[in-house]
Amino acid sequence: MAPMKLYGATVSWNVTRCVVALEEAGAEYQIVPIDFATAEHKSPDHLARNPFGQVPAFQDGDLHLWESRAICKYVARKHKPDLLREGNLKESAMMEVCLEVEANQYTAALNPILYQCLVSPMFGGTTDQKVVEENLEKLKKVLEVYEARLAKHKYLAGDFLSLADLNHVSVTLCLLATPHASVFDAYPHVKAWWDGLMARPSVQKVAALMKPSA
Amino acid sequence: MATPAVKVYGWAISPFVSRALLALEEAGVDYELVPMSRQAGDHHRPEHLARNPFGKVPVLEDGDVTLFESRAIARHVLRKHKPELLGTSSLEQAAMVDIWLEVEAHQLSPAAIAIVVECIFASFLGRERNQATVDENVEKLKKVLEVYEARLNQSRYLAGDFLSVADLSPFTIMHYFMATEYATLVEALPHVNAWWEGLAARPAAKKVAEFMPVDALESPKKQE
Repeated sequence: MAPMKLYGATVSWNVTRCVVALEEAGAEYQIVPIDFATAEHKSPDHLARNPFGQVPAFQDGDLHLWESRAICKYVARKHKPDLLREGNLKESAMMEVCLEVEANQYTAALNPILYQCLVSPMFGGTTDQKVVEENLEKLKKVLEVYEARLAKHKYLAGDFLSLADLNHVSVTLCLLATPHASVFDAYPHVKAWWDGLMARPSVQKVAALMKPSA
Repeated sequence: MATPAVKVYGWAISPFVSRALLALEEAGVDYELVPMSRQAGDHHRPEHLARNPFGKVPVLEDGDVTLFESRAIARHVLRKHKPELLGTSSLEQAAMVDIWLEVEAHQLSPAAIAIVVECIFASFLGRERNQATVDENVEKLKKVLEVYEARLNQSRYLAGDFLSVADLSPFTIMHYFMATEYATLVEALPHVNAWWEGLAARPAAKKVAEFMPVDALESPKKQE
């Protein structure tokens, strides 16, 4: 069976979101880099994989997928369906809520912070502190909700690890590379949840992948 | 008549609330819409925060399950009552449904919502339309719709030759979008237009469209 292919650079937290899922699922995969510097993402070959010319893109045999969260779901469904609990209406419902919250609340607040602190400087731009501050306030409101939730449950969707927890990992690892990692300190249950995730071999592997090479 | 077991909290004029209602209508599920007032700040009250700590609508109560986030609500309703709309018959089908739901969420809706807010909701919110925002998002939406056109040229619906939540999910926002002068963007694309007209003709869509009367929003509030 040919390994699954994940197209994209590991500097992208959308690409590494999928790496976390692939690692947790124990799937055989290879990462195929896509070079933004040469506009490879807009090449006909890549547009055939992802019509929006974005990363990640994914291939499993004849199946071509894109959108990181759709890729993660596919990988989980195929190799570790326990992460989705689709056989249990109540558990899968909670998991779906938490997946949406990750995308629409947590990562929505984190994306501008990561862009300002990590991406803009990479291209010789400045960090807009106003944007960072505004979004840190939004993030704190989300963390307050998470704190209350994680005071009652071990994981976000309940007392079981799910894709919803894992989908937070890549952006949160990037947050650690900004000056704002300490935002978690005021939320002890969130911190404990994160520390638990960090201890997982899959997360350790992705953290190592994301370190810029010497 | 027994009170329906399913309750949806919110204002149906919201395309997010109506997304949840569309899923219920398509699934043929009896539900009660519990009206809330945005103006009165009902969504910030403790009893609502107890249902949705993010203070948003819609919220769905179904037995002992309380859910929020309209796409999660739609998925739950369909998983319970009409799983074929999630592509559950194969890994490939389910993946295609997931992709096109993500595309709706991250590519189509942000641009369409920005246009709708400026063109339809601005006066309701007591401000002027921001044409620069409209123009920027029209350019983005054009590119997204080109991708939809190419896709719908290959298959009858977005996830394949079967209707799915990926087709239903954009309906409520597109309902408002199609009432703006930018509807021509859709009308110019034969496959997207046919797909849109097919969706709008569905009984469930017609029912939900009644909850979202565009003309009620377009009349600017008159100052006393």
